[in-house]
Amino acid sequence: MGWIEENMKFTNVRKILSQAISLGMVVSLALMMWKGLTCITGSQSPVVVVLSGSMEPGFQRGDILFLYINKNPIRTGQIVVFNDGRDIPIVHRVIEVHEHEDTKEVDILTKGDANEDDDRMLYASNHDWLQQKYIMGRAVGFLPYVGWFTIIMSEKPILKYILVGGLGLLVLTSKE
Amino acid sequence: MHSFWYRLNGLLTFSVTILAIMCAIASLSDNLNTPSPSAEIQVMNINWFQKQPQGNDEVSLTMNISADLQSLFTWNTKQLFIFVAAEYETPKNSLNQVSLWDAIIPAKEHAKFWIHTSNKYRFVDQGNYLRGKEFNLTLHWHVMPKTGKMFADKIVLTGYSFPEEYR
Repeated sequence: MGWIEENMKFTNVRKILSQAISLGMVVSLALMMWKGLTCITGSQSPVVVVLSGSMEPGFQRGDILFLYINKNPIRTGQIVVFNDGRDIPIVHRVIEVHEHEDTKEVDILTKGDANEDDDRMLYASNHDWLQQKYIMGRAVGFLPYVGWFTIIMSEKPILKYILVGGLGLLVLTSKE
Repeated sequence: MHSFWYRLNGLLTFSVTILAIMCAIASLSDNLNTPSPSAEIQVMNINWFQKQPQGNDEVSLTMNISADLQSLFTWNTKQLFIFVAAEYETPKNSLNQVSLWDAIIPAKEHAKFWIHTSNKYRFVDQGNYLRGKEFNLTLHWHVMPKTGKMFADKIVLTGYSFPEEYR
C-alpha cells in the first residue's frame, strides 16, 4: 500500500505544479500584452485613468484615456498627459505653444477645461513653460467609467488585499 | 461545470466582450459622418496693445465669432470643445499659437452660434515682436465622443494684423 500513497503524493505535486505553470502563463501573457501596447503607442503608460474633475464635463473621474505619442509636434488643443516630476500625471489641454526658431524646442502651456487658471502654478520649480519631454502622450480615445476599478483599488488598499487573498484562496481550493 | 461561479464567470466575460465590441462599433460609426462646418471671425476692436514691464507684448481684442458646427455632431458625440487661437511667427519663434477663447458645445442645437467677446485668455507674446505683425485666427474643434476615438480639425482664417504702434 506504501507505493500507492507515494504515487498519490506525486500526482498532487504535479497538480500543484501544473496550476502554478498555468498561473505563470496567464501572468506572462498579460505582461506581454501590456508591453506590446507600450511599444505600439510609444507611451510608457498607454492607458491612464482620469483622477480629477479638472477636465469636466468632457472627462469625468473614472474614465480611461488611450494615449499615443509620436514625433509630431505638440499643438494647441491637444489633450496631453504630462508629468514633470509629480506623484501622478495630469491630463489637461494645451492652450499655448511657442516653438523656438533656433532649437525647434517647444514651450507649452496647459489648462484643464474646467479650471479658471492655467497650469503655471503646478509646473515644477518655477518653470513657466512645459517642455515636450514631459509629455507622456496625447489622448486619442476614451472609455467612460471603466477606470473606477483602479481608483477604488488605489484609494482603499484593503480591497486590493481582500481581492488578491480571495483569488489565492480560490486557486488553492479549486478542484481542477 | 454548471456551478454558480462558472455561470457568473461565463456571463461576465461574455458581457464585457459584447460591451467592448459595441463601443468599438460606435466609435467606427463616427467615420461615416462627413462634416461641413463653417466659421467667420471678425476682429471688432483692438482694446489695448502694450508692452509689459517684463518686456513682453500684450494685446486685448474684441471679436465677433460666428460658426455653424452642427454637421459635426453624431449620435456618438458627447460634446464639442471649440477654441479660437491666434497663430503667428516672430524672429524668435517659428510658430506661436495662443488660445484666446474657448467654449464647450454640449448639443447640436447650440452648435450654430454668434458671439461677441473679448479674449478670455491673455494674449502675451514671448518678446515684443507684435507691432505691425500679421496673424491668423484659427477656430479649432475637438469632438469628444461618448465612447471611442476623439478627433479634431480646424478652420484657418487669415488676414488679421496688429497695429503698428502701441495704444
